[in-house]
Amino acid sequence: MTLPPQVPLLEVERLRVEFPTRRGALLALDEVSFSIAAGEILGVVGESGAGKSLTGAAIIGLIEPPGRIAGGEIRLEGRRIDKLPPAEMRRVRGRQIGAIFQDPLTSLNPLYTVGHQLVQTIRTHLPLSPSQARERAIDLLRQTGIPAPEARIDQYPHQFSGGMRQRVVIALALAAEPRLIVADEPTTALDVSIQAQIIFLLKRLAREHHAAVMLVTHDMGVIAEACDRVAVMYAGRIVEIGPVQQVIHQPAHPYTRGLMGSIPAMDEDRERLTQIDGTMPRLNAIPSGCAFHPRCACVMPRCRQERPELMDAGATRAACWLLAEGAV
Amino acid sequence: MTQVDHKTQPPLVEVRDLAKLFDVSSPWLNRVVERQPRRYVHAVDGVSFDIEAGRTLALVGESGCGKSTVARLLVGLHAPTRGQVLFDGQRADWHERSARTRALRRRMQMIFQDPYASLNPRWRVREIVAEPLREHGLVRDRGELDANVDDLLRAVGLSALDARRYPHQFSGGQRQRISIARALATRPAFLVCDEPTSALDVSVQAQVLNLMKDLQRERGLSYLFISHNLAVVRHVSDDVGVMYLGRLVELAPKARLFASPRHPYTRMLLDAIPDLHMSGRPRTPVQGEVPNPLQPPSGCAFHPRCPHANARCRSERPAWQSLQGIKIACHAVEEGRI
Repeated sequence: MTLPPQVPLLEVERLRVEFPTRRGALLALDEVSFSIAAGEILGVVGESGAGKSLTGAAIIGLIEPPGRIAGGEIRLEGRRIDKLPPAEMRRVRGRQIGAIFQDPLTSLNPLYTVGHQLVQTIRTHLPLSPSQARERAIDLLRQTGIPAPEARIDQYPHQFSGGMRQRVVIALALAAEPRLIVADEPTTALDVSIQAQIIFLLKRLAREHHAAVMLVTHDMGVIAEACDRVAVMYAGRIVEIGPVQQVIHQPAHPYTRGLMGSIPAMDEDRERLTQIDGTMPRLNAIPSGCAFHPRCACVMPRCRQERPELMDAGATRAACWLLAEGAV
Repeated sequence: MTQVDHKTQPPLVEVRDLAKLFDVSSPWLNRVVERQPRRYVHAVDGVSFDIEAGRTLALVGESGCGKSTVARLLVGLHAPTRGQVLFDGQRADWHERSARTRALRRRMQMIFQDPYASLNPRWRVREIVAEPLREHGLVRDRGELDANVDDLLRAVGLSALDARRYPHQFSGGQRQRISIARALATRPAFLVCDEPTSALDVSVQAQVLNLMKDLQRERGLSYLFISHNLAVVRHVSDDVGVMYLGRLVELAPKARLFASPRHPYTRMLLDAIPDLHMSGRPRTPVQGEVPNPLQPPSGCAFHPRCPHANARCRSERPAWQSLQGIKIACHAVEEGRI
């Protein structure tokens, strides 16, 4: 990205999300902070249960009750959006934030034509006449790479293939030209050939519309391909964040290193993949100190007691005591 | 080089011209009233391959290419419309209820994609792993059964204490280990694995793939490995078959297929994978999608998406043939155009 440095479009500061239970509140997101600039694509990776989708849901204001934001701030273009009343948040969502979810079929209403859903969304957010809105809907479908949009606009979601449906969902998310797009696993349900087309589309959006994109995925290949920066999450916290090349090639956090080693690569032969033994802790049993310490190969006494914050590690920032000791 | 050389020993699994048609016609009344003909979809259409003992053949392709149907045909979860499966030189007739078929059945097992759906939630792990042992009468008494179950659980990296727990008490990766333990119970020679790691996180996937490789080495297992993830396939397989719309289009040793793919579809697939280590390289996104299998294109099914298609590709179906050490079905390669 060749944009001048500026106020980030999205700022998330010390975000905490908790789920109250009978045995006390479970902290699902713990002091998560990051920002995304206009035209930038930030990838968020981690294993299931790391809190990556929840971070996206918190930003678009769609955390399922009883989950709630327990602290921190979310600012969009300088304006706080985490404490907005529901009606106002609905206007922000769609107008300023577009959301793309994993399963394109559940994001579309099967009873209405694609055009109806697009026109409705466009007219909710923009002052356009029905015919202008339809024009715009056709244009959006064309932009997202749907062939013959004039004909396809009057079809129902079931008449579209998986990749085409995901394009419709993207068109819906873009309907009001939002400043921020939160894409939660947008390519996971798709075949590789279609996945490549969708990534290409997201990159073009960030570049041409100067939209900020938060791309949540567990696929490192997609991250490498699409993102400018990447945040790695573990047990509700960001453990490493930085430029995508550094995080992939010189990861500073032992968890990131393990994660990268566990991915089969296309250009090298290894008899065994690196294995991180054990599993992600449950929310009700997050280990003391650094949450990764029971699975970490480089664990030190300090890791069991004190929780590391993000610290500088070359080009990236990582939350690991190894960096404080200067012992990497 | 499973397919071409090595005539020393017959392959463990031989698949000959396997085909499966599914009837997707409308209900009888609609057919009569609306005068619709019966409609069939060729899920698998004339697939042939061999797997030698101790080796892994991977089948790759996009959704709907028929790779899972091949897996199900092999273990008898579907009856083939045409063609046959030979196991150790013996024909597998799964509809036959003979002692020979039962003995064959014991030697091949299957691991499914979704470890949440493939384990009975109301059974304890002990019952799940013991079921094949009981079903095939492989143990004489309770003590032997328990000892067997304990051994199997330990072999897949679980503890003997886990036998008392229920599937919901395990994570996805651990459940997949339980599936593997169950599949190993009858001491099979051949495992059919249908997307065994697709539902798992990468770090857990690494654990399961490592386990599968260890088990293969220890027990001399052969695998048919179905996956859409080419990086995983490259890691686990010896030979790779690429499927498109129910047919194999290319089959070659792993190194060869990934280094110099011949079929235009294989090239397209390889080009489409987002790769960790080549990020930033300009990629031409693939155009088009898999056509509707109800109306497959004439000639070579790939021709509408193929940059090398000509009149012959549009009209004549390319033959499945051996060519320079690999197997391929492509007019352009056969004619030396690419």
